[in-house]
Amino acid sequence: MSNTFVLVLVVITALGFDFTNGFHDTGNAMATSIATKALSPRVAVGVSGILNLVGAFLSLAVAATIASGLVDTKLVTLTVVAAGLAGGITWNLVTWLFGIPSSSSHALIGGVIGATLAAAGGHAVKWHGLVSKVVLPAVLSPVIAALVAATGTWLLYRISRSLTEAARGHGFRIGQIGSACMVSLAHGTNDAQKTMGVITLALIANKTVASGSNAPFWVILSCALAISAGTYLGGWRVIRTLGKGLVEIEAPQGMAAESASAAVILLSSSFGYSLSTTHVATGSIIGTGLGKRGAEVRWNVAGRMATAWVFTLPSAALVGAGAYGLADVIGGTLGVVIDLIILLAVAAFIYWRSRGSKVDPNNVNDEWTGSVAPAEPQPAAA
Amino acid sequence: MSWINLSALWKIVVFGLLAGAGLPAIFAMGLYSLSKGPRVQTAGGGDSDGLVGGSLVGMAVAALCFLVVLAAIAWGIYEVYKIGHPAPAK
Repeated sequence: MSNTFVLVLVVITALGFDFTNGFHDTGNAMATSIATKALSPRVAVGVSGILNLVGAFLSLAVAATIASGLVDTKLVTLTVVAAGLAGGITWNLVTWLFGIPSSSSHALIGGVIGATLAAAGGHAVKWHGLVSKVVLPAVLSPVIAALVAATGTWLLYRISRSLTEAARGHGFRIGQIGSACMVSLAHGTNDAQKTMGVITLALIANKTVASGSNAPFWVILSCALAISAGTYLGGWRVIRTLGKGLVEIEAPQGMAAESASAAVILLSSSFGYSLSTTHVATGSIIGTGLGKRGAEVRWNVAGRMATAWVFTLPSAALVGAGAYGLADVIGGTLGVVIDLIILLAVAAFIYWRSRGSKVDPNNVNDEWTGSVAPAEPQPAAA
Repeated sequence: MSWINLSALWKIVVFGLLAGAGLPAIFAMGLYSLSKGPRVQTAGGGDSDGLVGGSLVGMAVAALCFLVVLAAIAWGIYEVYKIGHPAPAK
């Protein structure tokens, strides 16, 4: 049956999204540990990958929110899910190219909502759920994370002020590794569930499982593996922006930032808020800059990120709606296939563009000079 | 229907502060007491960067602090697991 064929395509695309989610967000957990050299870049992404895998099995509250809390599942078709994923993946790849830590969750939700709007109109979207479970948490969570991180930073410096510089660096680098591991675990818990939710949505659309169902085990397992593989690949461009671009970070600040992120993410996931780990991590890093006297926050970098955040939902929604429109005009299975071929072409193009200004484990910690890719020894032609 | 779940919000803020700032602070107290003792201020080569001061009481207090942090983390993970896997309603 062609329906099964489309379902398989959608599941593969969803796992593809999960993979981009992984490498886009490695930095949320590991950027500060890499910046303070508590962990070597390669060890950091390895540890983070494994903990994402474990974290994916920890909770299922967020998956339920995505699967049935945001759109009317009766009106969602497989084409809608495929188009939504196309929107999410495209936005994730574009922001990764520019090294902007934007929210993978918003990209995904934006894409799905855009496609749903194009397919069934405004009544198919649960606006109340969207605002109360996605938009408001997005506004509040970075502020809460910043508050916690600033408090933590102040406390850590206050308590440890009699320690020598070397002892302080040594001790907090150990604490930082522990807290970064917690963020990786939290990321697996929160973000892997989003893809589980979308695949569950596709299964519901295809009537493979009943509306309101939980994610089946194979969905949980494959999502856990995809996000873990993506994390291990390491999104070096985003890691660099978070670790070097935003604030120059010392070990106590790194520990404060990551503890704050882990606590806020884990608490919110257990309430079913699909908040963005990216927003939380960025809020924490800014908070740690605010909590230490004399530390400088590069507000222009923060401002560029915030702008990208505002545009994430609508941009991904536009791409999702466009992808649905195209698939609908062509019709049937062919429409979905053409959508996905275009998506692959876009991904290949962005990957090719990224080769021009490479960021990898070797140059991720170079001095911040205002751009994602460190300055070349000899300036290359733009 | 309310737009903000205030009870969830204050829980996230309070528990966020306790776990996200309080636990690192206890860890920092552990480092502080670990550094107490005769060997303090001998920063130099090797592993003697002054992190371990050598006082027995200091080390015991430090160990207690680190244990509290670890126990709190383990309990937190267990709670998240429990909330995220609700028992099926009868």
